[in-house]
Amino acid sequence: MIHFVLLISRQGKVRLTKWYSPYSQKERTKVIRELSGVILTRGPKLCNFVEWKGYKVVYKRYASLYFCMCIDQEDNELEVLEIIHHYVEILDRYFGSVCELDLIFNFHKAYYILDELLIAGELQEPSKKTVARLISAQ
Amino acid sequence: MAGGTSSIMETLFQRTLDDMIKGLRLQLIGESAFVSKALDEIRREVKSTDPSTKSTALHKLSYLASLHFHDMSWAAFHVVEVMSSSRFSYKRIGYHAASLSFNDDTPVLLLITNQLRKDLGSTNEFEVSLALECLSRIATADLARDLTPEIFTLLSTTKLFVRKKAIGVVLRLFAKYPDAVRVCFKRLVENLDSSDPQILSAVVSVFCELASRDPGSYLPLAPEFYRILVDSKNNWVLIKVLKIFAKLAPLEPRLAKRVVEPICDHLRRTGAKSLMFECVRTVVSSFSEYESAAKLAVVKIRELLVDDDPNLKYLGLQALSIVAPKHLWAVLENKEFVIKSLSDGDPNIKTESLRLVMAMVSETNVVEIARVLVNYSLKSDPEFCNEILGSILSTCSRNVYEIIIDFDWYVSLIGEMSRIPHCQKGDEIENQLIDIGMRVQDVRPKLVRVARDLLIDPALLGNPFLHKILSAAAWVSGEYVEFSRNPFELMQAIFQPRTSLLPLSVMAVYIHSAFKVLIFCLHCYILQRESITSSCPENLVLGVSESVLKREMPEDSGLIRTTCEALPVQGDKGFNRRASNQSSEVFSVENGGDRTINHGQTSTPNFSEKSSFTYESIVKLINLVELAMGPCMGSHDVEVLERARNLLCFIEVIKGEITECLEHKEKKKESEEMKASEIIKLMSDAFSEELGPVSLSAQKRVPIPEGLELKESLDDLGTICADIQVPPSNDSNLFSLGSPYNGEEVGVSASELESKEESEPSNEATALLTDHRKRHGLYYLPSEKNEIVPNDYPPANDPKLRDNLNNDTEDLVKLTEQSLVTNKKPNHAKPRPVVVKLDERDVVTITAKRPEPNDNLLSGAVREVLLGSDTRTTTSQHNPPDKASSKRKGKEKLNVDPSSKLKEDLGDSEKPDHENPSSRRSKHRTHGKERRQKSPSKPAEERENNGQKGKQKSSHRARHKAQERADAPLNAVSQTPVIPDFLL
Repeated sequence: MIHFVLLISRQGKVRLTKWYSPYSQKERTKVIRELSGVILTRGPKLCNFVEWKGYKVVYKRYASLYFCMCIDQEDNELEVLEIIHHYVEILDRYFGSVCELDLIFNFHKAYYILDELLIAGELQEPSKKTVARLISAQ
Repeated sequence: MAGGTSSIMETLFQRTLDDMIKGLRLQLIGESAFVSKALDEIRREVKSTDPSTKSTALHKLSYLASLHFHDMSWAAFHVVEVMSSSRFSYKRIGYHAASLSFNDDTPVLLLITNQLRKDLGSTNEFEVSLALECLSRIATADLARDLTPEIFTLLSTTKLFVRKKAIGVVLRLFAKYPDAVRVCFKRLVENLDSSDPQILSAVVSVFCELASRDPGSYLPLAPEFYRILVDSKNNWVLIKVLKIFAKLAPLEPRLAKRVVEPICDHLRRTGAKSLMFECVRTVVSSFSEYESAAKLAVVKIRELLVDDDPNLKYLGLQALSIVAPKHLWAVLENKEFVIKSLSDGDPNIKTESLRLVMAMVSETNVVEIARVLVNYSLKSDPEFCNEILGSILSTCSRNVYEIIIDFDWYVSLIGEMSRIPHCQKGDEIENQLIDIGMRVQDVRPKLVRVARDLLIDPALLGNPFLHKILSAAAWVSGEYVEFSRNPFELMQAIFQPRTSLLPLSVMAVYIHSAFKVLIFCLHCYILQRESITSSCPENLVLGVSESVLKREMPEDSGLIRTTCEALPVQGDKGFNRRASNQSSEVFSVENGGDRTINHGQTSTPNFSEKSSFTYESIVKLINLVELAMGPCMGSHDVEVLERARNLLCFIEVIKGEITECLEHKEKKKESEEMKASEIIKLMSDAFSEELGPVSLSAQKRVPIPEGLELKESLDDLGTICADIQVPPSNDSNLFSLGSPYNGEEVGVSASELESKEESEPSNEATALLTDHRKRHGLYYLPSEKNEIVPNDYPPANDPKLRDNLNNDTEDLVKLTEQSLVTNKKPNHAKPRPVVVKLDERDVVTITAKRPEPNDNLLSGAVREVLLGSDTRTTTSQHNPPDKASSKRKGKEKLNVDPSSKLKEDLGDSEKPDHENPSSRRSKHRTHGKERRQKSPSKPAEERENNGQKGKQKSSHRARHKAQERADAPLNAVSQTPVIPDFLL
């Protein structure tokens, strides 16, 4: 399952966090600090997976934002990459060529979209259209 | 205080989230001040009675909490208030805040049960979805228990949007409240039949997650998963199903046979890399015994490897490393690519390929591979360099240097690795140098040479990571000084000025090694001189008297050779010392023609002419030591101080006599001379005692002396002699004098230690004993313990190295496999030197079973449901009759708190619902066959609508089954009581 989702800007600013496993506030900051240290320093042409404390973190950079998802060792990395891409596409569709600022000022909407996409750390809605429709309906 | 006007004012002039974010972004430096000001505002606003103000405040707070990590637990109550707001937009803010900030310890959770229940039953599906999302995040055991009925209802709602979320929530529900399984599981299973892709995706995800925790319980559902695997076109779903099968297949061989073909089909057909990779991974991890599937998978892996995408490359390597243990050929096929990846830009890929390279290592190619790797390590960055070195070391030392044939090569490789500038593997190398020294007798001359090269190089002293290596080198040089070509040079190396850079603990080892070297030199010198001055019988006597040291070691009997320390002296020059065997020593000092008895050893270092011991050289040596020891006398470190003092005192004792008797060479002051040489001899004998590795279980083999009560509690003893040191502690002192590894290595309890002490005879020379002690303190080597153990105690060897611990299980397996095989490998051009190993029967099997307590309840419940009423699921193929029973079961539970919807369905209330589940289960088990036959008819009455279908299906099934059951292997059934016939 997905343990958490992070959106980190290139400067290390956190843009969105969603925790599906219990982490205390302290652990959260620590996780983010550690991971942004690892991920932001990785070069552009490297693979998108990082092994981290027995978990795997799949990340992908879109413009200035890193989308990171932490998954179990045996989860499928490519699938998660697709979920990330999926999420980005939905955001894009919703905001109309999404940019970091959209997410900054509409952080709650980014959350709602994510909630439609994932529940309890699992993908729940594979259809982009449906998510978009649902979000606009709310 | 907040009157009507102020509230309006607040509303009007409240900063919105946008305002706050804008403000925050303007703050370049004083962000924290701004935030605390905003927090103050929020604190005030959130208390407002106006819902808009309140929710906006909460919204802002959630922003700060989620992105700036400010604590918002104080606002929990306000969150609940906003959650209960009737307007959706406010409610949403409230729920969002709740799922963000609530945890199991949040006190107000008790207050939201009813709110959640209300929202879960709401007609607005978005409200329901909000509540579900929140529940999936915050559900506690209490909440889960209280809301299970609601979730149960939602699991079969017609609103797909809600149902899929309810399915997701089940995961949390089960985790928190395993009893929910009894209620919800059936409906969850029903959803597997859903034709809606969303529902299917959700439910398969849930099962994937559940199965990953406890695969065994879900075997009965295999037919459903199989159907999905064959029918589904949705990659998301397929990936999850594959994962499930990867978990289930190892448990049930017949299942594997059945699913391997469809998986291969997907593998061939699919264009999606993620699905393809999942197929590959499933095949290599769970179906690798199917040759054709494995081959196909390897072909696909190759495709991944040659792809430009680093992700695929990485995953390809990863898949290879999964396949490596079973199909090494797959790795060898891609060898070139793997080696090439060692220089990839991506550290992950490099690490992965390193792992693979290490998997390829065998005794035939270890030299070649190590060469390649060392070259790579020279080129790569420090981190990866050390990773390479670490894996070389651990691979080569695996299973007591199993793959090493040429130890001379390996020892020089270690020497070479130590000199790699980035090398930080000091500890590891230290362990191995010493370990090899103790285990492999034939390599000692080479080892000493390598150690000397390390010691002598002043450049190495500057690198703190190498200090450990130097300490090992010093120890080796001291311990096996008899192989040294030039002890004087060694002494100079040990006392070279830059040794002041060493840490004190290493310095202590240095000093003790110097002590050994000095003793050796003096000993040789005296013997040499004696043999010139006299062919006196007393020397012989003296020599023979040492033979009391001889010990029989039954275990190593194959290795035992009578060792001679023969000192054939030719003239006054070149002398020849032949020394030491694995485990026993006989010192016999002989003269003249009667020289070496033993020719077991081939390596007999000769001291060249120049290094023979003359009076001048000995005096120089002594002076050198004295000079070097001077500063150490002021050391703050006890170890260093004490050893230096020992050394100096020793010099003090012998110095006079040495010089004196030399002066009176002609006069032959026998008595005095004897005194000095006796001391030296004694010391020398003490030092030439062989050290060997110790078995993990050595302690256990000590026979318990009669009259020793091991079981008796020693607690009382503690009170009796509270201030006295009780024997056990004394004892452990003796063994672990400064040896931190002691406990870890042997894992002895106090009583065992005591037994050891008890069995320790006092016949050993006290001098010897003290010396051993000293040595223990000096070098923290657990293996030295066996020096202390008494004669009746068989010497044992350490089956595995300390550094090898992570390979434990692997090693254990191998060791047991080898238990009957001799250690020597016959067909090598160069015979492999004997590596001291311990007999394998001593290996203590460490069960690496990890308990999984938190899943017990859950899997118990799942099993109960599946085994209980699913005997029919399995036999009748999850068709309607089974559903009926599931419904019934759910209702049974729900009779306690009935929901209106359920009551409608409750047609069968008079059915024997009150049987308790366990009796039902047992019944199903015992009468499985009859049940199956009956099942189509009886439950079909309960559910007419689909009973018809079920009848057909199951009767077909039964027939099908009946014919197949005949030739089904019976043994598999015992393993999994409820095996779907379908799989047969």
